[in-house]
Amino acid sequence: MLTITSALYEKIVAHARADHPDEACGVIAGPAGSDRPERFIPMLNAERSPTFYRFDSLEQLRVWREMDDRDEEPVVIYHSHTATEAYPSRTDISYASEPAAHYVVVSTREPDHAEFRSFRIVDGEVTEEEVRIAGEDGPGEPSQGERGQRERGQGERGPGRLAPRRRNDPVGPPVYPGDKA
Amino acid sequence: MAIEVRIPTILRTYTGGEKSVEGSGSTLAELLGDLDSRHQGLRERLVDDAGLRRFVNVYLNDEDVRFLGGLETPVADGDTVTVLPAVAGGSR
Repeated sequence: MLTITSALYEKIVAHARADHPDEACGVIAGPAGSDRPERFIPMLNAERSPTFYRFDSLEQLRVWREMDDRDEEPVVIYHSHTATEAYPSRTDISYASEPAAHYVVVSTREPDHAEFRSFRIVDGEVTEEEVRIAGEDGPGEPSQGERGQRERGQGERGPGRLAPRRRNDPVGPPVYPGDKA
Repeated sequence: MAIEVRIPTILRTYTGGEKSVEGSGSTLAELLGDLDSRHQGLRERLVDDAGLRRFVNVYLNDEDVRFLGGLETPVADGDTVTVLPAVAGGSR
């Protein structure tokens, strides 16, 4: 389960909206081992693309060093999909390299509401998790309410898909030399 | 001769959980070969037939080695090499 304040939730969605139609991306750092997202760090998408994102390598070094100095870790790694659903793609899964992070995907394909979902990606396996949005002053409601329902996109109920899915994609992801399997 | 190499979480299985290991060499290629002799399999996560893997970032001190000499980047005693898997993905 991802527990996140409404303020941070809003910041992620606002970033995704601001960068639309390019994919937005970033990190929320938190104290190492706490599983608490606290410090919002929007990142440059060095690809500046509507279909791909990548942290700028030197910015990533700076941010990772800073987290290390502050005894933090990346609790949330977020990015947006601008024309597809808020679910990890094949490339999202193949490049996920922080097994302890919550991978948040926001879809900005609809202008009037954002889809916000969170996943764990470990050893190539995707598991969706509940998103609990808390107020600033203590634990809050699980996102089963109006915002939660609306945010999950059409036709879904409850905590969202929990089973891994295979997608029938006639065109695969970009293939780069040296991609890990 | 000691060059510190900082290892990301996902590769610490090769270093017995250590976040930092030491090695020697006069180029990045030599250094990685040296590390691999004690941490077998580590080099293959960083290098393939075409050179440094595209979605792994390797830094010499504060610079990305892609802008230096790639695998032929000279390294020296006292340098710090940092490895970070790229954070990337997309809609497909």
